[in-house]
Amino acid sequence: MESESEAKVDGETASDSESRAESAPLPVSADDTPEVLNRALSNLSSRWKNWWVRGILTLAMIAFFFIIIYLGPMVLMIIVMCVQIKCFHEIITIGYNVYHSYDLPWFRTLSWYFLLCVNYFFYGETVTDYFFTLVQREEPLRILSKYHRFISFTLYLIGFCMFVLSLVKKHYRLQFYMFGWTHVTLLIVVTQSHLVIHNLFEGMIWFIVPISCVICNDIMAYMFGFFFGRTPLIKLSPKKTWEGFIGGFFATVVFGLLLSYVMSGYRCFVCPVEYNNDTNSFTVDCEPSDLFRLQEYNIPGVIQSVIGWKTVRMYPFQIHSIALSTFASLIGPFGGFFASGFKRAFKIKDFANTIPGHGGIMDRFDCQYLMATFVNVYIASFIRGPNPSKLIQQFLTLRPDQQLHIFNTLRSHLIDKGMLTSTTEDK
Amino acid sequence: MLELRHRGSCPGPREAVSLPHREGEAAGGDHETESTSDKETDIDDRYGDLDSRTDSDIPEIPPSSDRTPEILKKALSGLSSRWKNWWIRGILTLTMISLFFLIIYMGSFMLMLLVLGIQVKCFHEIITIGYRVYHSYDLPWFRTLSWYFLLCVNYFFYGETVADYFATFVQREEQLQFLIRYHRFISFALYLAGFCMFVLSLVKKHYRLQFYMFAWTHVTLLITVTQSHLVIQNLFEGMIWFLVPISSVICNDITAYLFGFFFGRTPLIKLSPKKTWEGFIGGFFSTVVFGFIAAYVLSKYQYFVCPVEYRSDVNSFVTECEPSELFQLQTYSLPPFLKAVLRQERVSLYPFQIHSIALSTFASLIGPFGGFFASGFKRAFKIKDFANTIPGHGGIMDRFDCQYLMATFVHVYITSFIRGPNPSKVLQQLLVLQPEQQLNIYKTLKTHLIEKGILQPALKV
Repeated sequence: MESESEAKVDGETASDSESRAESAPLPVSADDTPEVLNRALSNLSSRWKNWWVRGILTLAMIAFFFIIIYLGPMVLMIIVMCVQIKCFHEIITIGYNVYHSYDLPWFRTLSWYFLLCVNYFFYGETVTDYFFTLVQREEPLRILSKYHRFISFTLYLIGFCMFVLSLVKKHYRLQFYMFGWTHVTLLIVVTQSHLVIHNLFEGMIWFIVPISCVICNDIMAYMFGFFFGRTPLIKLSPKKTWEGFIGGFFATVVFGLLLSYVMSGYRCFVCPVEYNNDTNSFTVDCEPSDLFRLQEYNIPGVIQSVIGWKTVRMYPFQIHSIALSTFASLIGPFGGFFASGFKRAFKIKDFANTIPGHGGIMDRFDCQYLMATFVNVYIASFIRGPNPSKLIQQFLTLRPDQQLHIFNTLRSHLIDKGMLTSTTEDK
Repeated sequence: MLELRHRGSCPGPREAVSLPHREGEAAGGDHETESTSDKETDIDDRYGDLDSRTDSDIPEIPPSSDRTPEILKKALSGLSSRWKNWWIRGILTLTMISLFFLIIYMGSFMLMLLVLGIQVKCFHEIITIGYRVYHSYDLPWFRTLSWYFLLCVNYFFYGETVADYFATFVQREEQLQFLIRYHRFISFALYLAGFCMFVLSLVKKHYRLQFYMFAWTHVTLLITVTQSHLVIQNLFEGMIWFLVPISSVICNDITAYLFGFFFGRTPLIKLSPKKTWEGFIGGFFSTVVFGFIAAYVLSKYQYFVCPVEYRSDVNSFVTECEPSELFQLQTYSLPPFLKAVLRQERVSLYPFQIHSIALSTFASLIGPFGGFFASGFKRAFKIKDFANTIPGHGGIMDRFDCQYLMATFVHVYITSFIRGPNPSKVLQQLLVLQPEQQLNIYKTLKTHLIEKGILQPALKV
């Protein structure tokens, strides 16, 4: 990290440095390292001290992750929401620093207002799906959910009109830039976080395995690069190497296989999260689906000779985990390169200083950008079909003749498939 | 045809044909102070300075050449400049309106193509402005990437629409089935390919510029492509849902202009000094009346009122149906004060006309904010018009700026107040489920239908 002095620009002219003074790279001045650590590590050289600080913080974050998993889906949802808000805050602050627009009239209020609107829209859609019975019982909630899109759109429009009314003569361009900046940030941060929550509701394993694969790839690629790294990978991040990349890929796939094997055994990870009306809390209890039942697979001839086994018992989910780990190691790093390019473009060293030794929350989550979307698309395309309870909900809002038509079509379809016989209707 | 122009010290062979000398000097003057140090510092630094300067420091991009056809010019050569402009605008307005009617006559498919064409042109106009603002016409890959992203997002949206409305057509073809089933995955993979290409194309001295253009492209896509697809969804709901909103916005534009021209006195907003309160309010009332009448006229015809369906036997779009309750005359009792005015006890209206009041109100009160947004945008980037496509009017975006929000509003309005989900889509999703789930749903539905009395329990239907 000491070698990243290219963050500072050489050969600045006077006018540049004057404007740079305010948009200076968020200086790593305020050292957030706790006093305890500082004293304990005061003897070591600067490089090893940095390594230790990073290492300890990494372990702290991982321990924190485990605690949260233990506490359950509700706490996880809240944590995801907090991470989202912090990421939004970090990126918007960078925007303010770049454009010196901290004093723009209204703008801070408007950015947070838009964040609130978009979150309201997304949470409303999720809540309506998963808390269907709870919502139907309470009158105000029912109205809110029936006209949800209209209400969200109205809220957004109010923000839009406020923006237009707040345009000030000398600052048009700046205000449009910040407007664009806010919207792109919302697009990146808020949609990803909601896809994460969707994945979570599908089953905690769909949340834990992807995120752990990305973290593992980060760490493994770093280790392989540290010990064997020789060929640079991409000009954007000079410290990444091909050896790290490939080593990280194989290590992550193996890690994913092992992790999914361990987790597929437990119901609390594998079952979709449901809201139980009677107990008024989240439950994860179900009959595990086919994906999470051990099955025998024949090993292809070539590996048979190596391992000496004819068949192996695996969970089908482990096959999917190979796809997830592959994505995490091959495409996930592009999210990291994107963030590196962004930091170089705006001449900042880190997104913020939240985590000592690591930078901001965004620095930790930059490789996760695409992972959440991929997992969501993967689940929707290959794993599950549409959500049955949502379908019933949609069905109930149709007209009676449409309902009858669909019912009859479904009936003939089931009879064709042999699931129903025409005489045993009233079981 | 847009004139591209490089200022001052930028290397580049393109020079504008009609570049006034004064502008060239002013532009060159901006960069004189930094030209000596440009070679050492990042090109990005220059843009950093541009960003933080206030608007007044940035020189204007001059308007490009005049595209008025020769015929018009000769016919109007006698008149003074102001009236000439007025006449050109008037003639072009009438031309556009006739073109609109012609396309409506040709049917929904042509309308879809028209909407697609307009979307592509709007995208092109906004992206070109971005190139001019950032002098980024020569950025490696960037033009390709922008068009590629446009293609991806369009593919995603059209795929979702096509899957819904062409269900029967799609079931027949094997490859289409595959494409539909994995549609989201394929779209995402295509988008990812573009994203990775962007990351790989980042060039050392141009990082900031490339990120700006990336963000510019995405915001433009968000604005133009989503709106155009909502327009098409509204269209499929019934052509009246497409025609009445768009006509209300156009009517509001024209009547607000006329009221402002004849009675305008109090300025409305600093952004657009030519708009007045008199125009705004007069436009509001005329648009509501216009919407009311247009809804009345259009509601009679099945052609406008029925949802667009694709019939596989005729292999074309068909608009034939039993008009829903919205489009059947009903009698309403008038409230007392209107009774006194109109001296009638009751009136026969289509319920849709009541909805049209909501649509026209939105078009007149909130629609103009879209116009102010575009005015602010033009002032921010010192351009007079988005482009020069239509003589006397500017670019396509100039005509459609007030429509931005209208399409979204109509779509949200329809989904919230008019119709529920699409029955064929529900059926499609049902058929994709696992058999056990289907059986469960079947039992639930059966209980529900029997409860409601729609299904008789003992009857084997």
